[in-house]
Amino acid sequence: MDALLLQVLNGIDKGSAYALIALGLTLIFGTLGVVNFAHGALFMIGAFCAVTMQRILTLSYEVVDPTRTDFLGQPLKVAVPYVEKFLGESAGAAIIDWAVPISILLAVPFMIFIGFAMERGLIKHFYKRPHADQILVTFGLAIVLQEVVKYFYGANPIPTPAPDAFAGSFDFGAMLGMEAGNIIYPYWRMVYFFFALAIIGAVFGFLQFTTFGMVVRAGMADRETVGLLGIDIDRRFTIMFAIAAVVAGVAGVMYAPINSPNYHMGMDFLVLSFVVVVVGGMGSLPGAVAAGFLLGILESFASMAAVVEFLPGINQIIIYLVAIIILLTRPRGLMGRKGVMED
Amino acid sequence: MSKMDLTRRGVMKTGAVAGAGLAVPTIFTAGSASAFVNEPTGGSVTLGFNVPQSGPYADEGADELRAYELAVEHLNGGGDGGMMSTFSSKTLDGTGIMGKKVEYVTGDTQTKSDAARASAKSMIEKDGAIMITGGSSSGVAVAVQALCQEAGVIFMAGLTHSNDTTGKDKKANGFRHFFNSYMSGAALAPVLANAYGTDRKAYHLTADYNWGYTTEEAITSATEAMGWETVETVKTPLAATDFSAYITPVLQSDADVLVLNHYGGNMVNSLTNAVQFGLRERIVNGKQFEIVVPLYSRLMARGAGENVKGIYGSTNWHWSLPDEGSKAFVKSFGTKYGFPPSQAAHTCYVQTMLYADAVQRAGSFNPCAVVEALEGFEFDGLGNGPTLYRAGDHQCFKDVLVVRGKENPTSEFDLLEIVEITPAGQVTYPVDHPQFAGGALGNCNPGA
Repeated sequence: MDALLLQVLNGIDKGSAYALIALGLTLIFGTLGVVNFAHGALFMIGAFCAVTMQRILTLSYEVVDPTRTDFLGQPLKVAVPYVEKFLGESAGAAIIDWAVPISILLAVPFMIFIGFAMERGLIKHFYKRPHADQILVTFGLAIVLQEVVKYFYGANPIPTPAPDAFAGSFDFGAMLGMEAGNIIYPYWRMVYFFFALAIIGAVFGFLQFTTFGMVVRAGMADRETVGLLGIDIDRRFTIMFAIAAVVAGVAGVMYAPINSPNYHMGMDFLVLSFVVVVVGGMGSLPGAVAAGFLLGILESFASMAAVVEFLPGINQIIIYLVAIIILLTRPRGLMGRKGVMED
Repeated sequence: MSKMDLTRRGVMKTGAVAGAGLAVPTIFTAGSASAFVNEPTGGSVTLGFNVPQSGPYADEGADELRAYELAVEHLNGGGDGGMMSTFSSKTLDGTGIMGKKVEYVTGDTQTKSDAARASAKSMIEKDGAIMITGGSSSGVAVAVQALCQEAGVIFMAGLTHSNDTTGKDKKANGFRHFFNSYMSGAALAPVLANAYGTDRKAYHLTADYNWGYTTEEAITSATEAMGWETVETVKTPLAATDFSAYITPVLQSDADVLVLNHYGGNMVNSLTNAVQFGLRERIVNGKQFEIVVPLYSRLMARGAGENVKGIYGSTNWHWSLPDEGSKAFVKSFGTKYGFPPSQAAHTCYVQTMLYADAVQRAGSFNPCAVVEALEGFEFDGLGNGPTLYRAGDHQCFKDVLVVRGKENPTSEFDLLEIVEITPAGQVTYPVDHPQFAGGALGNCNPGA
């Protein structure tokens, strides 16, 4: 029982990341009809916004400490962040400690810019091209983006810790009256889960309760008719592309403390997120979210030692296995609509 | 004016003789031209540096390349000579190798066996490289070593830690200076028993590939010999990025030690996840829960950040070693590049020097002569104390370092502290040890 509960908890944070990426993918596919293989790269760029903010906040000048020496035997140069110089040691250290949440302030405008640049500069030229062309060009773009990041930040993972206030774990076992220490869950992963719920809620609310959202939903259902009504649906879809980029970006920012960002992290999530979109149903936002959590939790269960012992290798194929079963039984995915990707 | 008597019969005879000559297999004609493949004939000799320049170990590859460039500079008489002045063998004098200027070509292994083989093949066949060296993965090392054996050139392995490189996959043309999984276990186990006691229950997470298996086997057998019990061994996919699903079952076991048989990005993520789940704060069986990382590298330690503090592991070499060889190398490297070298850089530099010295002592670039010069060679002054290149398996036997994540690092390079220098005798094993069973060196291949 303890083990099952723990794997559900594990699955929901992984599922949160899948759901956020899949949500953006579905938004872009549902509005623009583009299969965007560069979406994982947007998640990765978001994580590197956190790295960049951390580096900005720790920009330092050097002070020579004559009492210590460096590896060459020279007096040691100690780096002192400017932010500590200007704001005092404790205030400066506190700001550096909160670098990841602060970096959302950088990530939002930057991701909007990246989203606009990608859509206007490249993607729009492929709207009327076959999906195969879209996949090729966006996959190429993803590789370019990750190589650019590798050039500037290197190939190694870069530690980007959560604020100290969220260090440690919450003891669910003790809370539920079970043995203490058996069901624990890191605070930051809880933060990530609630953050994902908030973002998902905001996107759904935006689409459901605003005029802009209503037009976008109408455009997703019948783009041609909305255009005939004199509404510039293309401009709104461009904005939706930017919003999808922001969703992926902030998902990446908040994920940075869970696993140290590296240039390849977008690709690691991308393929799984596409499976999530397909399982959820192409173009279905609720489907993407539901499938994200479902597959995240299933993946966690499949990694349990007892399961792997019984079915060796199941942890590596479970998601694809589920995808095959769902597509065989429900070809449009869990919540797919008729007519989407069926022409 | 002379007259040419061209007859049909004469032309046919001449053509037949010329055709027969051309039809003789090149393996016979080559023998008369050179005694071995890529024999240097001009004033220079070309070495092939095959390192990961792209992919997940690109940073480690960049450090290896820096070390190779430094070694070439020193061999050709540039810089301060580095370890040439501390090396116990005094054949190298800064005039290249056997008077030939050392030149080099580079290849990108991408940390993929097929790509590494392709780049090594290209360096041998197109660039005339007489020796191939480098790499940051055992899979690559084994693949390139086999290629070099077939091609008839020497392979001086870079960073490769799997027992198999000088175990079941050993080759006569291949040599490894870096330590191996068995040595990590033999060095770590006594230190762990001393620090954490002999009554411990260990849970292993192991990367699901060759290096992971040999490391798990080495650590379990070494720690069990000290009295530890292995509670569970779980294989994790190499492509895994989030290890939480593998970490949480540890909470439900009665293990009080977690051994992470992971390297590179796997190690960074699994250690980070383990710390996030509060394993280091746990008390199990009345004891503080501990984490062990059998193979450390500085680049991994940087990736894991604060999480490495206080965690034991092993390394082949560390820049803070106080011996004269290490100091000379750190000074050369640090002056040129501005930061201390990694263990990958060290082993690559040393391998280049050992190859050059072997050629000098052999008086020939012939791979078989070089093999003979390296087999059983005993040396000192290259940073690991007295060292033997054992003839039976082409593995170096030297001191192994047990290290621990530093509590108060002074810089991003000062992340590990040496806990113990385990003497070579403690990590030496017989050639036919079960963990190295299978395979044979075979005979050296000069190629031609």
